[in-house]
Amino acid sequence: MILAPVAAIGRSTLGGLAALGRIALFLGATLAAAVRPPFYWREVLNAFWVIGYNSLPVVGLTAFFTGGALALQIYEGGSRFNAGQVVPSIVAIGMTRELGPVLGALMVAARVASSIAAEIGTMKVTEQIDALVTLSTDPMRYLTVPRVLAATIAVPVLVAVGDSIGIFGGYVVGTGRLDLNAAAYLKNTADYLELWDITSGLIKGAVFGFIIALIGCYFGMNSARGAQGVGRATKSAVVTASVLILAANYLLTELFFSA
Amino acid sequence: MIELQGLHKAFGANRVLRGVDLTVPRGESMVIIGGSGTGKSVLLKCILGLVKPDAGQILIEGQDVTRVDREAFLARFGMLFQGGALFDSLSVWQNVAFRLLRGPGKRPKAEAREIAIEKLRRVGLKAQVADLFPAELSGGMQKRVGLARAIAAEPEIIFFDEPTTGLDPIMAGVINELIREIVVEMGATAMTITHDMSSVRAIADDVAMLHDGVIQWTGPVADMDAAPDPYLQQFIHGRADGPIEAVR
Repeated sequence: MILAPVAAIGRSTLGGLAALGRIALFLGATLAAAVRPPFYWREVLNAFWVIGYNSLPVVGLTAFFTGGALALQIYEGGSRFNAGQVVPSIVAIGMTRELGPVLGALMVAARVASSIAAEIGTMKVTEQIDALVTLSTDPMRYLTVPRVLAATIAVPVLVAVGDSIGIFGGYVVGTGRLDLNAAAYLKNTADYLELWDITSGLIKGAVFGFIIALIGCYFGMNSARGAQGVGRATKSAVVTASVLILAANYLLTELFFSA
Repeated sequence: MIELQGLHKAFGANRVLRGVDLTVPRGESMVIIGGSGTGKSVLLKCILGLVKPDAGQILIEGQDVTRVDREAFLARFGMLFQGGALFDSLSVWQNVAFRLLRGPGKRPKAEAREIAIEKLRRVGLKAQVADLFPAELSGGMQKRVGLARAIAAEPEIIFFDEPTTGLDPIMAGVINELIREIVVEMGATAMTITHDMSSVRAIADDVAMLHDGVIQWTGPVADMDAAPDPYLQQFIHGRADGPIEAVR
């Protein structure tokens, strides 16, 4: 009786580790499928369109409001004495290093990991995956590899766009609401921002994109039967992708910026 | 010729196949009957390699399927799935021509489309259907498109998984007739699983009944009604009482 909660913790820990192991095996299978022909380039282009282009509005809006809120926070946070310098530089560095990639990826995870898991999960339960096999087409190469490849390329592009819009959001709030000098704002942004701030964020974006599509495909391919099975796969994909993005973000930040 | 020897498959404690032995001669149409959950679908999936059997051998034209090149092996198969299993994201003709648009047997797009339209016509669908999407079709039309896709690459062996499930009796009759015609005209070896007795009589040369994980009875369809096997008789006449326990 008293041990029941402990047992529950143990069970969920073991379950979590087993799932992580299965995801690792799925990752191996994806990489193995990615290096062997045939390559379905048309599917890559389709996935690039769906994952990348269609995510632009949500990523852009997120970045704009985040940049604006960041400018307000920094200004209000006791830095008024030289706000003209501090606001632009922290907005730029904060957006490119952290908030652009992380918030952008979380929004894409909500949009894309869910839709990939639901689409592939539905294909699984309606025997479309089996049909692919009988038509001599490897589902890993036809469904998983194009989505993973497209997301790995598309998310950094989205992050770059998000960075720019986020900095613009900070600029709009900084010059419009906080009365900072427009020319000085732009000069300070350019002066303090280093190339590595941007590229590190883009590398994070690529890793996050890879995670989003891989997890979406994994839960889709392993979806249980029925509407409930697909629903659960979709939910698990979003939750797992989001947690893995945050964990990977910490590891990458440690790797890139700790001396 | 398809030969199954001592096929076993269990899912956890549930022993679905317990030593299935079956031979389907070349060019014959074999129909496998049996109640729901008796492992008919698992049997087909084992042959196709979608499910790995625990024990036993599957030979196609004398060759062990686990030792042959999988791509070449699957290229000889066509399959009509129970729900059609059409790809929602592709138009009807792209579904039918799926195999012709990619892989080793790839044809130019225009030619693949022409073949697809010809196959659609063969299953009684007009060319206008070609550019619709599967979601825009009725159940019977989806079955026909699935059938057109199964025969598009002129397979030597065709599998039909519950071809009439979910159709009205008239449409079921039409699909049964189509299957019979196509199998005869292509000279293909056919394997159908069903629990619809009208399908059995329309499609089968030979019948095998799967019960309790083994083939309970097998023989020509003409011998089915006179066969003394009580399991078979209970099934074909749909009696609630008999050796097969029915859950009430």
